[in-house]
Amino acid sequence: MTRVIVNMPATATRGEVIEIRTLAGHEMETGFRRTQTGELVPRNIITRFTCSYNGVEVFRADLHPAVAANPLLSFSTVATESGTLEFRWTGDRDFNVSHSAAITVV
Amino acid sequence: MTARLFLFLLVFSAAAGAEIPLAERRSGYEFMARETRAMQDDDATNPAALWLLDGEALWNRKAGGADKACAGCHAVEKMKGVAARFPALHAGKLVNLDQRINLCRVEQQKAPALQLEGRDLLALAAYVGRQSRGLPIEIAVTSESKPFLEAGRAAFQRRQGQLNLSCAQCHDQNWGKSLAGSAIPQAHPTGYPLYRLEWQGLGSLQRRLRNCFIGVRAEPYAYGAQEYVELELYLMWRARGMKLETPAVRP
Repeated sequence: MTRVIVNMPATATRGEVIEIRTLAGHEMETGFRRTQTGELVPRNIITRFTCSYNGVEVFRADLHPAVAANPLLSFSTVATESGTLEFRWTGDRDFNVSHSAAITVV
Repeated sequence: MTARLFLFLLVFSAAAGAEIPLAERRSGYEFMARETRAMQDDDATNPAALWLLDGEALWNRKAGGADKACAGCHAVEKMKGVAARFPALHAGKLVNLDQRINLCRVEQQKAPALQLEGRDLLALAAYVGRQSRGLPIEIAVTSESKPFLEAGRAAFQRRQGQLNLSCAQCHDQNWGKSLAGSAIPQAHPTGYPLYRLEWQGLGSLQRRLRNCFIGVRAEPYAYGAQEYVELELYLMWRARGMKLETPAVRP
């Protein structure tokens, strides 16, 4: 059960800078730890986050080992037109979660 | 004169080992960095919100032989204030909120008990606890619960482990000072289950107690042990009247 929380304004005025905060539930395993018998625990992290606004990518982040579990990403974009923002988290073990949110620009 | 001096010494020595006066109590929140406080205060940044979503889903999901959901019997609004009253007595036995949820699961839902400290139980406890956020802790002390409270108090004041330290030595007598660069808080359980940055996840008060046991190099009890629940009762009583922050964030 993967949970994501996206916090952003539902409406904005044209040209306004809006802040978007996202939280994704993910355990995170660095890939550097070993079990008691010495085997390496395979890495399991989110490696990429993207946000597209009406199909146009406006923010992207590459994540690496040492990122916190349940990462919180906060960024901003300019409200240009009404539409949908699409958020996608991808990572190891075919981790692929998406979420979309609508925005009305007046 | 001598009698008066003796009386003075007696009062003074009693005060030195005494509990923190009610007005001087501070939640762990007040010992945190500004950034960590901001993280807790905003539901959009408090990572425990992820567990609240899970808890809400579990609350409404039918389970067990009875095919009943928590929501089938309890309106979630009725859970307001419940977390502020636990641990409490149930059929003569002292149980904490997690154990109470499991009792309902076994007796009413006819489902297997959830694993203590497991993700599902923490999520449910956080969801129930969230309903009491901002409410004062109210622990009822009755003649029936008094022995448990006293056992918890004795455990709090008992020196233990290889370091031979009691809880009271740090949290009653030396709070506000530093231990390896971290502030020593007063140990008020105002926000459990909480998201601890060190854990990178949600954990119960018992998990936190376990940390302190290991810290003084004492052997921790198993999760759900009576000794933990008594200590929880004493800690909640010690924090009586303080506001619940569940689910809190701590460093």
